[in-house]
Amino acid sequence: MTPHRPARDVAIVAFAQSDHRRRTDELSEVEMVMPVLHEVLRQTGLKTSDIGFTCSGSSDYLAGRAFSFTMALDGVGAWPPISESHVEADGAWALYEAWVKLLTGEADTALVYAYGKSSPGSVRDVLSRQLDPYYLAPLWPDSVALAALQAQALVDAGHTDEPALAAIAGRSRADAAANPHAQLPGARPQGEYVVQPLRTGDCPPVGDGVAAVILAAGDRARELCARPAWIRGMDHRIEAHSLGVRDLTDSPSTRLAAERAGAFERPVDTAELHAPFTSQEVVLTRALGLDDSVRINPSGGALAANPVMAAGLVRLGEAAARIHRGASDRALAHATSGPCLQQNLVAVLEGDPRA
Amino acid sequence: MTSKEPVAVVGIGQTKHVAARRDVSLAGLVREAAVRALEDAELTWADIDAVVIGKAPDFFEGVMMPELYLADALGAVGKPMIRVHTAGSVGGSTALVAANLVAARVHGTVLTLAFEKQSESNAMWGLSLPVPFQQPLLAGAGGFFAPHVRAYMRRTGAPDAIGSLVAYKDRRNALKNPYAHLHEHDLTLEKVQASPMLWDPIRYSETCPSSDGACAMVLTDRAGAARSPRPPAWVHGGAMRSEPTLFAGKDFVSPRAGRDCAADVYRQAGVTDPRREIDAVEMYVPFSWYEPMWLENLGFAEEGEGWKLTEAGVTELDGDLPVNPSGGVLSTNPIGASGMIRFAEAALQVRGEAGDHQVEGARRALGHAYGGGAQFFAMWLVGDTPPTT
Repeated sequence: MTPHRPARDVAIVAFAQSDHRRRTDELSEVEMVMPVLHEVLRQTGLKTSDIGFTCSGSSDYLAGRAFSFTMALDGVGAWPPISESHVEADGAWALYEAWVKLLTGEADTALVYAYGKSSPGSVRDVLSRQLDPYYLAPLWPDSVALAALQAQALVDAGHTDEPALAAIAGRSRADAAANPHAQLPGARPQGEYVVQPLRTGDCPPVGDGVAAVILAAGDRARELCARPAWIRGMDHRIEAHSLGVRDLTDSPSTRLAAERAGAFERPVDTAELHAPFTSQEVVLTRALGLDDSVRINPSGGALAANPVMAAGLVRLGEAAARIHRGASDRALAHATSGPCLQQNLVAVLEGDPRA
Repeated sequence: MTSKEPVAVVGIGQTKHVAARRDVSLAGLVREAAVRALEDAELTWADIDAVVIGKAPDFFEGVMMPELYLADALGAVGKPMIRVHTAGSVGGSTALVAANLVAARVHGTVLTLAFEKQSESNAMWGLSLPVPFQQPLLAGAGGFFAPHVRAYMRRTGAPDAIGSLVAYKDRRNALKNPYAHLHEHDLTLEKVQASPMLWDPIRYSETCPSSDGACAMVLTDRAGAARSPRPPAWVHGGAMRSEPTLFAGKDFVSPRAGRDCAADVYRQAGVTDPRREIDAVEMYVPFSWYEPMWLENLGFAEEGEGWKLTEAGVTELDGDLPVNPSGGVLSTNPIGASGMIRFAEAALQVRGEAGDHQVEGARRALGHAYGGGAQFFAMWLVGDTPPTT
């Protein structure tokens, strides 16, 4: 698989996110989204009417109602009417759709946002509804149990052990201490088993949150951002749904997406990996061939804040923000969807060379 | 900036749409349409670079993000797969997202598919989940749209009979379309007019059915089109527009998002007089009165004049501007697929492959979809020759 060269220079020029919290009972989805949209627009000075294309990611099943995204759109202020679309998936895929739109040349800027409120229901049970509806979903296998299957397979294969998983948990939350938006910042105990071999510390927090980014092409990106995070490549791949036909210790879809995105052409200095479970970080770092020279999840990752449907977009935003700040020159960002890393997206972001 | 890659439709497949496909799973249903599209294009799964899938709310079947489970059935394993959801316009939006992948030269050949298997659950209750400060139940979409139809009638002075003319026409057209859900051989205009009033002024025979069905298309680039065994349909313009559900300035009779979307498509396609330059229209008409309403919204008639085209027979299959030669949403409504069926039927027309419901000499056709509270619009214009710009 040879890397795909994008036909146009497109960059992430702004990123904003909410504080991710265990519950937000007092806020509607629109009330959660609005401050983040205002913040990301403020960073660029753009108004809704300046945006060429808008795309969002969310899930009706989290919201508990059909067409839940329509209310958030009302909050965007789609008047006069806007060019707009929505994916029923993590906002990382909304960013992908927007990137393709910019590559066609039909728009020069795009607003991408995603949100998820996990608090109204039991997210472990809700996610079980995305499994094969005839054979698997009726058994209600929950997301932690499925991740534990994967973790045990990794341990059995000798790719990791419980102390190594605990070290990932400890590093992530220690890093999150510097992230004002994180839900679980700072060191905390690994705790009891949730589903063996996964302990509380190996699992993500359940929480509510929002993320938004602005994309811009070419000179427009340079006008809007001092150091744009150029998208050098982006690709996503899906694997078979049934866990029984997959090697859960590997992630060929991540590797394929990374190849196509050009991730292996030169080393990256930073990787923001969407790994809600410590064991999944093991799978991803192996698939991507990341070594100790790469700073993994300096934000704390999904172990510190996992707003379902926004957590992948947060990875892209965090990686871009590091380039904006000059803390990274070439970063990899990853997002996942589906049980046990079924679907994976990889983007390679670069800053302009520094003088 | 290099220009966009031209996009061609080289394969189209549909299921026979029916009230309940109890003989197949969700996976079986979508695979049937996909295989037919591949056969039409004389391609195999290996020729497909990416899959773009759409459907309306997950509650309609009770499966969260069903594309994850459908990846295997659609040959997507190892490929990119993206799921679009823009309410009732989704079938159209999905095709446009797929077309952009080709236009941006990210992929050469893309399979796009939209489906709904309404019999797996109950669509009306799937849309009726109460949340605070909203109407908990509008008794289905008809309850939402009926007042806007009434507003159209008052605004334009259209006679009461127009809606029944549309329904009678579309149901007769459906008899010529082997994939259409409703085949009402003994239907008469009198029977439409005597059917029960559901949401005044919308009668039972003026409403869409609930269908199980899927529609698929294979989209490809110029090189792919050159290898196509049958004539391709070429995309000359495509656009999406959205506006808020509810606000004081909204015109529910002729939403500005619809007008803007059509104007963008015509601009891309170089169409200045749609009434003269477009040969067939596949329009999203779930309730019969939306034909005259959309004729105005899409620029085929002056404001207040749309019903006159319908009354004069202009939109009949043998009329000057045939609307819904396939029988339209009024005859077939697998909700998430309905928009893509409009896009695909427009493509069939310009390929000359529409069979008994072919519009003679159709060279340019419009596919149209809308959704939500008449707030999401997706349209494309296809032609029988490649775009020149």
